[in-house]
Amino acid sequence: MISTHDISGPYAHQKTSIRRTMALVMVALLPATLFNLWVFGWPAINLLVLTLAASLATEAGCLALAGKRLPLFLGDGSVVLTGWLLAMSLPPWAPWWIAVLGGVVSVALGKHVFGGLGQNVFNPAMVGRVALLISFPLPMTMYVAPRPLFGAGSPGFVEGLSITFGGWDYDALSAASTLGHVKTELARGVALDQAMGGTDLMALAMGTVPGSMGETSAVLLLLGGLFLIARRVISWHIPVSMLGALFALATLMHWVDPARFPGGLYHLVTGAAVLGAFFIATDLVTSPVTPPGQLVYGAGIGILTYVIRTWAGFPEGIAFAVLLMNAMTPLIDRWVRPRVYGRTLRGEPLPPRRKA
Amino acid sequence: MLIAIGSLTLLGALLGAVLGVAARYLHVEGNPIEAEVEALLPGSQCGQCGFAGCKPAAAALVKGEAPPTLCPPGGRAVAMAIAEKLGVSVSFGDQEELEPEVAFVNEDLCIGCTRCLKECSTDAIVGAAKQIHTVIAEVCHACGKCAKVCPTDCIEMRAVPATLATWHWKKPRVKVAS
Amino acid sequence: MKLFRIRGGIHPEYRKEMTAGKAIEPLPMPALLHLPLQQHIGAPAVPVVAAGDRVRKGQLLARARGEISAPVHASTSGRVVDILPFAAPHPSGLPQPTILLEPDGLDEWTDLPPPLDPFAAPREEIARRVAECGVVGMGGGTFPSAVKLDLGRKFPIDVLVINGAECEPYLTCDDRLMRERTAEVVDGVRIMARALGVERIVIAIEKNKPEALAAMTAESAAFAEIAVVPLPTRYPMGSERHLVTALTGRETPARKLTADIGVVVHNIATARAVHHAVRLGRPLISRVVTVSGRAVREQKNLDVPLGTLVSQLIEFCGGLAEPPVHYLSGGPMMGQAMPGREVPVVKGTSGILALTAAEAHERDTMPCIRCGGCVTACPCGLVPVEMAQMIRHEKLDAAARIGLLDCLNCGSCAYVCPAHIPLVQYFNYGKGRLAALQRDRRKQEMTKRLAEQRAERVERLDRERKAKLAAAKKAAAEKQEGGA
Ligand code: SF4
Ligand code: SF4
Repeated sequence: MISTHDISGPYAHQKTSIRRTMALVMVALLPATLFNLWVFGWPAINLLVLTLAASLATEAGCLALAGKRLPLFLGDGSVVLTGWLLAMSLPPWAPWWIAVLGGVVSVALGKHVFGGLGQNVFNPAMVGRVALLISFPLPMTMYVAPRPLFGAGSPGFVEGLSITFGGWDYDALSAASTLGHVKTELARGVALDQAMGGTDLMALAMGTVPGSMGETSAVLLLLGGLFLIARRVISWHIPVSMLGALFALATLMHWVDPARFPGGLYHLVTGAAVLGAFFIATDLVTSPVTPPGQLVYGAGIGILTYVIRTWAGFPEGIAFAVLLMNAMTPLIDRWVRPRVYGRTLRGEPLPPRRKA
Repeated sequence: MLIAIGSLTLLGALLGAVLGVAARYLHVEGNPIEAEVEALLPGSQCGQCGFAGCKPAAAALVKGEAPPTLCPPGGRAVAMAIAEKLGVSVSFGDQEELEPEVAFVNEDLCIGCTRCLKECSTDAIVGAAKQIHTVIAEVCHACGKCAKVCPTDCIEMRAVPATLATWHWKKPRVKVAS
Repeated sequence: MKLFRIRGGIHPEYRKEMTAGKAIEPLPMPALLHLPLQQHIGAPAVPVVAAGDRVRKGQLLARARGEISAPVHASTSGRVVDILPFAAPHPSGLPQPTILLEPDGLDEWTDLPPPLDPFAAPREEIARRVAECGVVGMGGGTFPSAVKLDLGRKFPIDVLVINGAECEPYLTCDDRLMRERTAEVVDGVRIMARALGVERIVIAIEKNKPEALAAMTAESAAFAEIAVVPLPTRYPMGSERHLVTALTGRETPARKLTADIGVVVHNIATARAVHHAVRLGRPLISRVVTVSGRAVREQKNLDVPLGTLVSQLIEFCGGLAEPPVHYLSGGPMMGQAMPGREVPVVKGTSGILALTAAEAHERDTMPCIRCGGCVTACPCGLVPVEMAQMIRHEKLDAAARIGLLDCLNCGSCAYVCPAHIPLVQYFNYGKGRLAALQRDRRKQEMTKRLAEQRAERVERLDRERKAKLAAAKKAAAEKQEGGA
């Protein structure tokens, strides 16, 4: 019961809640997820289910340890979203223990070590992904070519279970992701147009290419992202500045040396660029709260992503870029603020108006 | 790897040296801060803190022998000012609000002895021999010296009631669900 | 007319449909009136009547004290029963001195001051009359209107803005006034412009009041100096500073008045009260109040004699349909909770709301998820989430440095917060605490000064006594010598 007059106004509140916010994000993720589950078949479905289960179980355990109210916090949806995003960033046929380990690391180390909901500095899903990537580089980079569910070459339900729990033949079935392929070819000294031979930007945008479970369908992810912006769950600042910075930098480098650097569009549709821009970089807890701060943060991620993709050892850099900028968030929040009404940017009162 | 360890060690050593040198050269003799702290205290020498007056109290504060909350008449404002000056943290513990108080003379018991009047360090009590005394609430700073000397125990310290002008909302009870 | 952009703001559920169609009804005179001496910002009024006095309607009961104050008049004829402390319509419910007036049912007017022709009389005369009639800002600000009408002498004012935004949810009293008392309002507006000496008047009305817009536009068509401007429907459009920015593009510097940028803002109901004061000599003794909220059986707009208890309004509206969680005076965003129903309607009471739990939609506070919703919603460019955190850790000065005192308490941030954090209560607490510390500090300084003065005096007396003693001794010694 809420006692009446020791609460100050306002006495009207939007019908909103953390649960609702999280639910909207899930709705936005749904089309791309369903599409990719279809594209990658039963093993991908197993992966999603396992990751969610592991995340939920870890959350329940941590909440119980911290003595918090289980139904309230488990129901807030944040952990489902963490698990979901983690699964989206794993290779679709990854083995069961990757899913479980990822879920545990994300939720326990990524979130509860910092004090739980709202307290974490780093994006939990990305903490999980990066930990896995560094510890188990091989299974974390084994992608498969799309095999739509019920189509030829798609494993059946039982076969799917055996893939998830028993493993699969990397040599026979694995296919490199576009970013990975182009990067290795470039590293071998192959010229860009040859390395990129056969990459079809259209297929990349649609998502019928090898890649992480949920990152491939740029178009559906973009739709989901626009939905989130329309529902005001996220603002446009982070996606636009991140994709803008990535595109601008790539275009610039491509202009400098077209033989070595792929163009802007290529960077936008490959890898996790769109997933990252709309769903990962925009994670509410770990991104700056003010719009100008979000612009700085998004641009930072875009630039770092490009730098890592192009010059560092990994073909994809979004996860690292997001974590690095997460670390900068407190600083950004401190130094980049909106202008206060009636004051200059530096916080001094505006000069009085002179009589004209 | 070796380079990294080496450079970090070097950096650490350098910074340490700088700090050491700075501590040596910036050290000041005497304690001007004592005077500054004394200036923050009410200066009524009421002795409620248990020291003989504001000067010894300031000395104890600077030495860290007394908490910044030692001055009852000073209340929160003084405690916070002292804490800031000394760079220490101040905790108000359970006494969430140090309720402001004023002295109140029970006029039925007052015999007009003028002792409180002589004791008051801010001239907050008016009265004359053989006349009932009263306290000017705005001027009283609640040191309580008058109450101690009153032969008929007719002075008591009362909390100042909130008015529409001074009332304010309480801090939200931290009802964060857990 | 071109409008300028203001940042932030929200689109709350307005729920005005409950009363927007209800014509103003007079409330029957209650059996007892409670008239607080302070119904305005500034010094409380000083009673000029005593228990037992018979007074007539409109007679002065308490006079203004000092520059910023307002008198209180009898809402009807009757007998002064007593002057005693009575619960204020304020969240604290603290008692404040209140005149109890027992109506005699005759409703007999006192001798009112003669009507004033505002366009012939000197300008100061208008402000004087408005002060005499106890008119204060009736949008809820309750700042004495005469003081604001006098600003023309101190500041170069060129625009008078009439705030008909009524952006608070539920409230429709200004809407009804503009529709039903259009001529009185527009006349009041012109009188105020004359008092201020301005040539340009902007009447700003949110677009969700099409009938009011139409009526006001038609009524002011005859006056070239008046522009009626439709405003986009957005909270807090009616915040004085933001309204001025939206209309003129001028931004009030922090800690200054809109008068500093040449604009004075008055409210619709105030304009009507000014019309009554100047044209008829009638003091402010009644006002229109919206009674709403789903806990009330029949929501209404009432013309209420000042001093009527809230319980009587609710009773007239058919009583309660269900037990409310809050009684509010004013709108749900910036209105004040009242300690109960037994508090009087005063000059600033624009609405009485009895809200059900479903309407208030209060929930357990969850941890902040740093969604930034509050930052986007804040019309002042503040970062509410950070201020609240600082205040929670008692870092009041830090909060003040990032703008706590620039917060106008509009509640937009708390409205949108998905974690249901009572942000505004943190700000209320922080501001109150800062003010208390400021008072403490001032008192400390005074104490110090007094203590020093006393120490000096004691010392001086001591010295003088000693000197006298020494002189006496010396004299005695000389005498002895002389004698020997
Ligand atoms: S709206 Fe609430 S949850 Fe969101 S940042 Fe502000 S305080 Fe935190
Ligand atoms: S209450 Fe204050 S901080 Fe919150 S939105 Fe309004 S002005 Fe901004």
